Amino acid sequence: MVRDITLGQFLPGDSLMHRLDPRAKLGLTLSVIVFIFVAGNFLGLAVMTGLVFLGMAVSGVSIGRYLKSLKVVLLVVLFTSLLNLFYGGGEVLWEWGFLRITWGGVSNSIFVAVRIIVLIFASSVLTFTTSPTQLTDALERLMKPLSLIRVPVHEIAMMMTIALRFIPTLLEETDKIMNAQKARGADMESGGILKRVKALVPVLVPLFVSSFRRAYELATAMECRCYRGGKGRTKMKILHMKARDYISCGVAAAAGAGVILLRIFITHPYL
Amino acid sequence: MKILEVKGVSYQYSPKTPFCKTALEDVSFSIEQGEWIGVIGHTGSGKSTLIQHLNGLLRPTSGTVLLHGKDIWENPKKIRSIRFQVGMVFQYPEYQLFEETVEKDIAFGPRNQKLSDSEIHDRVQAAAKFVGLSQEMLKKSPFELSGGEKRRAAIAGVIAMDPEVLILDEPTAGLDPMGRDLILSQLMEYHRERKNTVLVVSHSMEDIAATADRVLVLDQGNVVMFGEPAEVFSRGPELADMGLQVPQITQIMAKLRDKGYPVPAGVLTLQQAVQALLPLMKRQEGGKADG
Repeated sequence: MVRDITLGQFLPGDSLMHRLDPRAKLGLTLSVIVFIFVAGNFLGLAVMTGLVFLGMAVSGVSIGRYLKSLKVVLLVVLFTSLLNLFYGGGEVLWEWGFLRITWGGVSNSIFVAVRIIVLIFASSVLTFTTSPTQLTDALERLMKPLSLIRVPVHEIAMMMTIALRFIPTLLEETDKIMNAQKARGADMESGGILKRVKALVPVLVPLFVSSFRRAYELATAMECRCYRGGKGRTKMKILHMKARDYISCGVAAAAGAGVILLRIFITHPYL
Repeated sequence: MKILEVKGVSYQYSPKTPFCKTALEDVSFSIEQGEWIGVIGHTGSGKSTLIQHLNGLLRPTSGTVLLHGKDIWENPKKIRSIRFQVGMVFQYPEYQLFEETVEKDIAFGPRNQKLSDSEIHDRVQAAAKFVGLSQEMLKKSPFELSGGEKRRAAIAGVIAMDPEVLILDEPTAGLDPMGRDLILSQLMEYHRERKNTVLVVSHSMEDIAATADRVLVLDQGNVVMFGEPAEVFSRGPELADMGLQVPQITQIMAKLRDKGYPVPAGVLTLQQAVQALLPLMKRQEGGKADG
């Protein structure tokens, strides 16, 4: 079914990670991603991996969920690490024609694979524990300085909120329309590509019609409640940074500093 | 003759996640050929889930659904043929219309059945006649029709497949009283003429009382009652506990009985009530004249 697609899905909960300020979480995730790329050696990567694992541990989400989020990128991981296997210098382990595997290549390919996996885990921690509403709220606050150069920050955030809000609704609607057409004998599971694309017409036409209907209804409903854009608009839930937010930022900063130091002082090729 | 049999069917949405929800729990019942079944239940009682099992849109987590005594999932590749035998009209079916003309849209089902052009034409004409759509309307775009007409066009799209069992999920929801009466009378006419089995999910107890041979009551994924309307609606307090009501006229008659008037139980429609009350009133008037 359509609704089974997990796309950075929010999992409600009450863990430490869930209760962190979304701004802190967003900032943390972005800096963790940056530092994963900054880490130039295995020791640095190990520090970041440890940090991300710590985040996963306090997110209260089962490890199985995280592994499932890897499924989508498994092919990318395999492909890039396979490519990297043939690059790099050092002692030759295996050779066949122009293909050559070296110690450097092996260490490269492991490094790249771990890096991608940890990246996915890091972003999953954010999306599993932060509701889309919180996320756009945090984005709006963090982008606020941009409004000085006339970027319509509030409007962008509102558009994102509405778009995210309607993803499940539209998925449900797609499901319903698909069921209705299947009940009339529509065949969407067999045939070649052309036949399958054609089979989508009975689903897409009603979906477009109802999306426009929903958009008009929403616009009317918002106007009825005197929505006039961001000017002078106040927040119902004002975000406050608490001790736990500062502490987690501190932990991440320490890890980041460690990564930089390790990069400067450790120059051993396989560490 | 039993046409549909549901045996020990359970169904869970999103199993093994925090969103896991048991929608049906060990549901069993059977429906006779030619019956008109009304299905009632509070929002979230599993009505929609249940009917989607009957034409194989959902596959039970456990249990079986039998059509003519054969498991509909016996050959999963042939599930489409089940959907032609058990026609399903969803809630607000007008949102599924997509073709350029009403005629083409009604023909979508029969075309999927791979019928010949002349046969499709006959089916479309017959279905349009049942729901009272004129020839001009058939040539129009479905998006030009009024709400009630769209609804009838969508129902025609399922009737045109000539299913043995016709399932309708709240066919009258959101219509004005005239549109509601029109659709119900057309469906009853169709049922009388074709003699096939009809299953209607409805929130309107009046509609159910006026049309159904038997009433199936669902509560929290379980079948709690299944019997004739008079019998089911005589259990008003139990239905009220499930967030359901009995028809208004039945409520009035129950109140009259509570006050000590000798009116019969199991009155479901206005006509029955009139018949029950007239002799009573005549007797009272007669009494006055004597005195």
